[in-house]
Amino acid sequence: MVWLWLQGYLDEQFIQLEDLQDDANPNFVEEVVTLFYGDSARLLHSIEQALESNPLDFNGLEAYMHQFKGSCSSIGARKVKSECTQFREYCNARNAEGCIRTFQQVKQEHATLRRKLETYFQALV
Amino acid sequence: MAANGVENTKQMSALIVDDDTIIQKIHKVIMTKLGFKTQVVENGKKAVDLHTSGCSFDVILMDMEMPVMNGLEATKELRAIGVEAMIVGVTARSSETEKQAFMEAGLNECIAKPLNMEKAKSLVKKLNKEDN
Repeated sequence: MVWLWLQGYLDEQFIQLEDLQDDANPNFVEEVVTLFYGDSARLLHSIEQALESNPLDFNGLEAYMHQFKGSCSSIGARKVKSECTQFREYCNARNAEGCIRTFQQVKQEHATLRRKLETYFQALV
Repeated sequence: MAANGVENTKQMSALIVDDDTIIQKIHKVIMTKLGFKTQVVENGKKAVDLHTSGCSFDVILMDMEMPVMNGLEATKELRAIGVEAMIVGVTARSSETEKQAFMEAGLNECIAKPLNMEKAKSLVKKLNKEDN
């Protein structure tokens, strides 16, 4: 996991989760990550739909992204969280183009992290 | 005091109030590791209902934003019905105004989510001091 952390994908929070894993909770990290990807699929879908409306409901978008960013913080998804922050700044600035463009970055970082975490969990087996 | 002269230590209890399933899981594991019996509910109304039905807890970890009843309203209601437990607000919101309003609802403390082991141990220390 050190290399993922060094590459900036994950932060200290992920280490905290690993430290909570023990004999009583042997698959804790993987369970939390699975919850994250379940929740985030739902939230990203909601944001995607909301980005199709005209005009954009920036308050609604900000609320969804706040929830998603919170989930990212919970697992230490540093790069995804950073893109979420950028998206919220564009929401607050009522910049539709910025929101649409940044959302693609959010999805990309989210997918990249997923692939890297899948590799990590496979290596543990 | 038990018959063998050893004082029985009552297990402390924690109520986790949060609609985020990830936070529910993390906070439950942390508090369980610290020896707490835990219960989880997903909104403030359920937290209030538990108390009006006679349940009590030593510490309540209260999220700010939840559907049905948010943390601020739930905290006000809990204090209004006489709940004296340590209520710790746990929020992702960084605005000082929002945190201040949450504190004024009746929190003992407000911390950024997610809780980690270090913050949790610090809360338990304060809880033990208050009990003594």
